Amino acid sequence: MADVSLTNVRKVYAGNVEAVKGVSFDIPDGGFCVLVGPSGCGKSTLLRMVAGLEAITSGECRIGARVVNEVEPADRDIAMVFQNYALYPHMSVYENMAYGLRNRGTPKDEIDRRVKEAAGILAIESFLDRKPRALSGGQRQRVAMGRAIVRKPQVFLFDEPLSNLDAKLRVQMRVEIKKLQRALGVTSIYVTHDQVEAMTLSDKLVVMSNGRVEQMGVPNEVYRKPASKFVATFIGSPPMNIAKGVVRGPGAVAVGDVVLPVSDMAADLKPGDAIEVGLRPEDLIVRGDGSLTMQVDFIEELGATQLFHGTLGGAHLVIQAASGLVPSESKTLNLAIDPAKVHLFDVGTGARRGR
Amino acid sequence: MERKVVFPGMLLPYALLAPQILIILVFFYVPAGQALWMSTLLQDPLGLSVQFVGLENFQTVLSDPAYRQTIARTMFFSVAVTVCAMVPAVLLALMADRVVRGAMPYKTILIIPYAIAPAVAGALWLFLFNPSVGVVSYYMGRLGLDWNPKIDGSHAMWLIIIASAWKQIAYNFVFFLAGLQSIPKSLIEAAQIDGASPRRRFWTIIFPLLSPTTFFLIVVNFVYAFFETFGVIHAATQGGPGKSTEIMIYKVWYDGFIAQDLGRSAAQSVILMAIVVALTVVQFRFVERKVHY
Repeated sequence: MADVSLTNVRKVYAGNVEAVKGVSFDIPDGGFCVLVGPSGCGKSTLLRMVAGLEAITSGECRIGARVVNEVEPADRDIAMVFQNYALYPHMSVYENMAYGLRNRGTPKDEIDRRVKEAAGILAIESFLDRKPRALSGGQRQRVAMGRAIVRKPQVFLFDEPLSNLDAKLRVQMRVEIKKLQRALGVTSIYVTHDQVEAMTLSDKLVVMSNGRVEQMGVPNEVYRKPASKFVATFIGSPPMNIAKGVVRGPGAVAVGDVVLPVSDMAADLKPGDAIEVGLRPEDLIVRGDGSLTMQVDFIEELGATQLFHGTLGGAHLVIQAASGLVPSESKTLNLAIDPAKVHLFDVGTGARRGR
Repeated sequence: MERKVVFPGMLLPYALLAPQILIILVFFYVPAGQALWMSTLLQDPLGLSVQFVGLENFQTVLSDPAYRQTIARTMFFSVAVTVCAMVPAVLLALMADRVVRGAMPYKTILIIPYAIAPAVAGALWLFLFNPSVGVVSYYMGRLGLDWNPKIDGSHAMWLIIIASAWKQIAYNFVFFLAGLQSIPKSLIEAAQIDGASPRRRFWTIIFPLLSPTTFFLIVVNFVYAFFETFGVIHAATQGGPGKSTEIMIYKVWYDGFIAQDLGRSAAQSVILMAIVVALTVVQFRFVERKVHY
């Protein structure tokens, strides 16, 4: 068991392409850290640097008490689960799982015991003799996990492990990964572009964009107080609505002719300043006595909830509400909002303009 | 995804196949049939009369100790050419696979020998190994190695093996490189994390995954050594000194066109034909089914 800490880690590729621009964070022992961001944001490169598959241009990567910048991947005491599983196609499931132990000269009976134990945890005992090509996607995924846990490493690294699975299996495996990580208590770093996976799995969420960390923290906190417009629109589905607005005075912004109350507002904002206003689809509450009136263009029915597409003060919005609250032929909606749930972002930098 | 093309009539598909079938007919079936027919005939030394002798030519050829020696020689030659052409090819492919920048020039340079005509390759190596003017012979002499392919049969054998293998390395290189590049990089990385040394990675991961390519190339190289090395031998040693570099394909030509024994020469070429058919069967049976992991 070990904690992982990155200090100012950078990656510059040939031709001066800076893929990771100085990233620092710590993951406590047993923590589950998810790196999330759009493709090309440097999250996979960062993971591969922790694994030792990419050299670190500058900065420091520490696992436990050891700086591992110059340590071979095999000696970092890590295990990695790849997106395409990377199972050795010519070996049986058993041999796949035993390979890492064999390379390290583990005694045969010890290998056998550990492979069987890992297979038991993942419920894959019945196909230990099969070749990977005779397995379904979900089974291959389990074998890839088995290969990781059989070595009892200090750190698990996951590189988008669920993106090759279909939606239903993905949800199932997501829960299993979380349970497994809890049970084993191994420090984990998980890379994904799926914000639902990121929210549900992590106890530390790191949102990346363009080679930098945009925000990190407990998932709920990132969700409730996004540090920038990028985070606000990336985390959450459907994404946060962003509308152009103007500051009216302390605690009030206007979107078109609609005035919204704001409790979290930077003190240096003056009346007349342009601002971007962020509203989560579920934070605008449909209420008969609501003071805001939205024109509804059309409604998407999702079963448990409905999405209302329309305009408020001239800005396009999507509102999420439980089904059955509103007759589906409504042309207008009365909405109310908690002033604490109105987010303000700088027009130029996208940074949060809260207190 | 494979797409099936459906033709409206029967005429067009046959018309499209016709040129290929015609070529095979003219250049393979007709000569092969003729060889089969000729292998049952015996001509008198002056070529004035021809007599049907059935399988007697085969009997004579197969019971001839010289022919058996030729078979043994051909086997040795083919195995040596295959090994000498494949081992350097896989090493070169492994190195070329690691080159990221400027990979194209390397590959092109390594492929060029394949475009050289067999006779030219033979002449090239003949010069290099020429005991009086050859560059390689000169340095071998300086090292104190006795070298003269003109009088020593085993030297001559190695000369044609090297010349034949050299040409084939390029061909093997292309296939090995393609094979290496089709191995997902993440497999190698997984093995790296699993603590396998580069040498162990090669023997436990890369080599088994290359096995379909390897088996395919073994068959192809064998066929090459059997049938396509005539030019190299003819240019370099003419089967000599003595008969020490006379492999089966060369003996077919020699017995037929120099010794003028057409019937027995035809019998030999029928035997060769049987070997190539057997090799093809092996290729289809084993390579395409068994060696897939």
